[in-house]
Amino acid sequence: MSKQVQQLDRVVIRFAGDSGDGMQLTGDRFTSETAQLGNDISTLPNFPAEIRAPAGTLPGVSSFQVHFADYDILTPGDAPNVLVAMNPAALKANLADLPRGADIIVNTDEFTRRNLAKVGYQVSPLDDGSLDGYVLHPVALTSMTVGALAEHDVSKKDAERAKNMFALGLLSWMYSRPYESTIRFLERKFAARPELVAANTAAFKAGWNFGETTEDFGVRYEVKPAKMDPGTYRNITGNAALSLGLVAAGVRSGLPVFLGAYPITPASDILHELSKHKRFGVTTMQAEDEIAAIGAALGASYGGALGVTTTSGPGVALKGETISLAVALELPLVIVDVQRAGPSTGMPTKTEQADLNMALFGRHGEAPVAVVAPRSPSDCFFAALEAARIALTHRTPVILLSDNYVANGSEPWLLPDVDSLPDLRVEFATAPNGEDGKTFLPYLRDPATLARPWAIPGTPGLEHRIGGLEKADKTGDISYDPANHDFMVRTRAARIEAIKVPDVEVEDPDSDARVLVLGWGSTYGPIGAACRGLRQRGLPVAQAHLRHLSPLPANLGEVLGRYEKVVIPEMNLGQLAQVIRARYLVDAIGYNQVRGLPFTATELETMLEEVVKNA
Amino acid sequence: MPEPVALKLTTKDFKSDQEVRWCPGCGDYAILAAVQSFMPELQIPRERIVFVSGIGCSSRFPYYMNTYGMHSIHGRAPAIATGLSVSRPDLSVWVVTGDGDALSIGGNHLIHALRRNVNLKILLFNNRIYGLTKGQYSPTSEVGKITKSTPVGSADAPFNPLSLALGAEATFVARTIDSDRKHLQSVLRAAAEHQGSAFVEIYQNCNIFNDGAFDELKEPATRDDYLIRLEHGQPITFGSEGQFCVVHPPGGFGLEVRETASVAADEIVVHDATVTEPAYAFALSRLPGFALRNTPIGIFRNVDRPSYDGVVQGQLDAARAKSTGTPEEQLAGLLSSGDTWTIL
Ligand SMILES: Cc1ncc(C[n+]2csc(CCOP(=O)(O)OP(=O)(O)O)c2C)c(N)n1
Ligand code: SF4
Ligand SMILES: [Mg+2]
Repeated sequence: MSKQVQQLDRVVIRFAGDSGDGMQLTGDRFTSETAQLGNDISTLPNFPAEIRAPAGTLPGVSSFQVHFADYDILTPGDAPNVLVAMNPAALKANLADLPRGADIIVNTDEFTRRNLAKVGYQVSPLDDGSLDGYVLHPVALTSMTVGALAEHDVSKKDAERAKNMFALGLLSWMYSRPYESTIRFLERKFAARPELVAANTAAFKAGWNFGETTEDFGVRYEVKPAKMDPGTYRNITGNAALSLGLVAAGVRSGLPVFLGAYPITPASDILHELSKHKRFGVTTMQAEDEIAAIGAALGASYGGALGVTTTSGPGVALKGETISLAVALELPLVIVDVQRAGPSTGMPTKTEQADLNMALFGRHGEAPVAVVAPRSPSDCFFAALEAARIALTHRTPVILLSDNYVANGSEPWLLPDVDSLPDLRVEFATAPNGEDGKTFLPYLRDPATLARPWAIPGTPGLEHRIGGLEKADKTGDISYDPANHDFMVRTRAARIEAIKVPDVEVEDPDSDARVLVLGWGSTYGPIGAACRGLRQRGLPVAQAHLRHLSPLPANLGEVLGRYEKVVIPEMNLGQLAQVIRARYLVDAIGYNQVRGLPFTATELETMLEEVVKNA
Repeated sequence: MPEPVALKLTTKDFKSDQEVRWCPGCGDYAILAAVQSFMPELQIPRERIVFVSGIGCSSRFPYYMNTYGMHSIHGRAPAIATGLSVSRPDLSVWVVTGDGDALSIGGNHLIHALRRNVNLKILLFNNRIYGLTKGQYSPTSEVGKITKSTPVGSADAPFNPLSLALGAEATFVARTIDSDRKHLQSVLRAAAEHQGSAFVEIYQNCNIFNDGAFDELKEPATRDDYLIRLEHGQPITFGSEGQFCVVHPPGGFGLEVRETASVAADEIVVHDATVTEPAYAFALSRLPGFALRNTPIGIFRNVDRPSYDGVVQGQLDAARAKSTGTPEEQLAGLLSSGDTWTIL
């Protein structure tokens, strides 16, 4: 039976199930197949903080959303066109996000009276007409999988667990995905248990064949490859890209990388990833706490390594005193904050941008540092290199503000040519720098960068002592001199201001916009998609996005001055807006949302439309 | 740890140009002098020696040593020194800390450095008081201590630093006294030779806020009867006439002090710092209780266990040995690993 094939330009699919149903893996595989096909992609996982919340309950629902298109896209999509719901909880938790007319594929085997009752359904929504506005596909995923594996030498439990592969097979058929990479993946994953390779492959094929034969799925869809720049791509999450960026910084600087870290969601994956790259001279130390983690990193920097510490907001709070010490010692240090919703433990697996104030100001004394924020998953690679560049050239702590949205989201990444990456080589001090040719002055500065020499232990003739007590200019000796302290405080501020950062670019295609949307970090995608939507409807709007939050780009004041209105959407209560208002005396309009979720392009477009129309 | 080489260094070479600013009469002076005059013995070039300290009177120490040095923040020196030592196995890294620095605010880092067996020589200057903040009680002050913050006496029980270190799996544990230069240097010598963490408690007099805290161990009239000088391989006897000894009573858990005359010679414990089981050194550490009578000094424990630094370096070396190509080539390989696709 040949089925009708329909062309689409974009699709958003959400796989949802119980934490134990393997939805992240299913989504990952679908994404990988989609990448192979050449669509542009953006993904968003959403999982509970509990490892295994009680089965079948709402808190236990885990989901993975993938948006793919035949053009370049900026977000994982606002609303799914297709929901795969592995149980009643997954349906209930996600239904509100579905537009009418969306496809819903449900695993009917899980819609038992008990499971329905667990999430408060009196009658099954499959029967009561409440889903009439959607295209419902009831599929007995579990029993069909078990049936398909009847001849296989696997336990009933293993057979049931393969239902996610059945679902993946069905979706892969529906969207005409190439599946070779999934088969290879199964072969790798279950290398030690050939019977599971066979069973999972069979489940996948059963799902595929089910799509082809059943009457319920009348149409098959195609999404043509996107026009993307030539080159080799891989799909990458922000945390993976950030880790590779740190490895690359080690290679390009020729320095060993030392990571001190204490596990915390959503930053732990960077520790996991970097622990695999010892051959690059990357040392990872799982410290006893956040303070030890940054202390060890600073100790390594003192010894001539690129010291890095990775954490989330609660960890940065603990590291504050050591960051101040690094400010006083003027040593390179990269502090990665993968932000999550706070305060306190907050919502550890949800995203937020509310650590900007802490990054900029959260230390005792005048303790300025550089702050850099990535705008997308793959951009984490380049942002990490940039943080390392600033830290190494300017001998300063740099805070890299990622967040859960970019950290766990993924997108295709055009692999850079290694030789095109910035040259980060540094020179250690090797000889006395005093006028007499004999003394070493640890706080004698480079006139351009105001950085002091990096004289590492082991260098003969440069033995010196540094510490957190205020230091006399040049000699670094302890000093309580009032004028010296005033001078040193101002110099430390000037050091950060002296960091050369690229001008902020403005996207204003027809140069006719009166409203500028200014963002930073992970909001780049949704803001960009919203601006695009407005322009397509003939409403001019300009977009500028900050990568450097300290120091701010030199042209920012001029850019802000060009527009009648400046709107700043942030996933906090207006932290960048406050800086902009204070610094540039611009009456910026904040748009703030702290729901633990990224902005949708639609909500931003609606909000901006109002502003643009009234400008 | 760097290999010793023949060097012509003297005490003077280890004195920095900074004016020493402890209170006159402070025990820290004696320790500094002892360390400075011991350093040439190490036969390690000055540039390969680093002193890292926390905050406190004692933690000013690095400023006075003409080596590399870092005066860091309160309690964190073991953590900072760990990062330095692990990434620079060619250095000799020393930590100087106080009883508040190491056991209050920095307690966590101390115990973890010891359990990891990082190649650090940790010198804890124990004056049983917070010196720098002008005389509050510390976690080694005796119960009932009257200080500015405890006008009717402290209510909390102190730590026994050596018991704590032993509980934290320390491989080298010793105690010495500021005023006994010869003994102090003999302990430093053994600590320097030890691979892994060496924990040395130094009783230090703060003549301003806790003067005389260790007088019984110093006064000629009392010291011989109070101090137990541990010598590896020697029966543990002490007292001006050797009238006391240490025995392991059958059925008891620990060690006890007896009159030598009342026990058979073969009942006297022969000191062995290399006993693997920490219970022995722990029992020694409990002899004095919290008073000063029966205070052992010397090396309690000195056993071999792989150092954290060594294991980490071993892993790095093994990974490097397996890889080929320039770092750039390897990086290009790493970036393009996993599922990739090419657009022409
Ligand atoms: C974070 C922090 N908290 C408190 C202090 C104040 N402080 C400095 S030294 C010290 C206690 C030092 O006692 P100890 O370690 O015994 O050193 P000593 O001065 O006796 O040698 C305190 C509480 C500080 N510097 N930093
Ligand atoms: S206060 Fe006590 S410990 Fe500090 S320098 Fe003075 S005597 Fe020494
Ligand atoms: Mg003290």
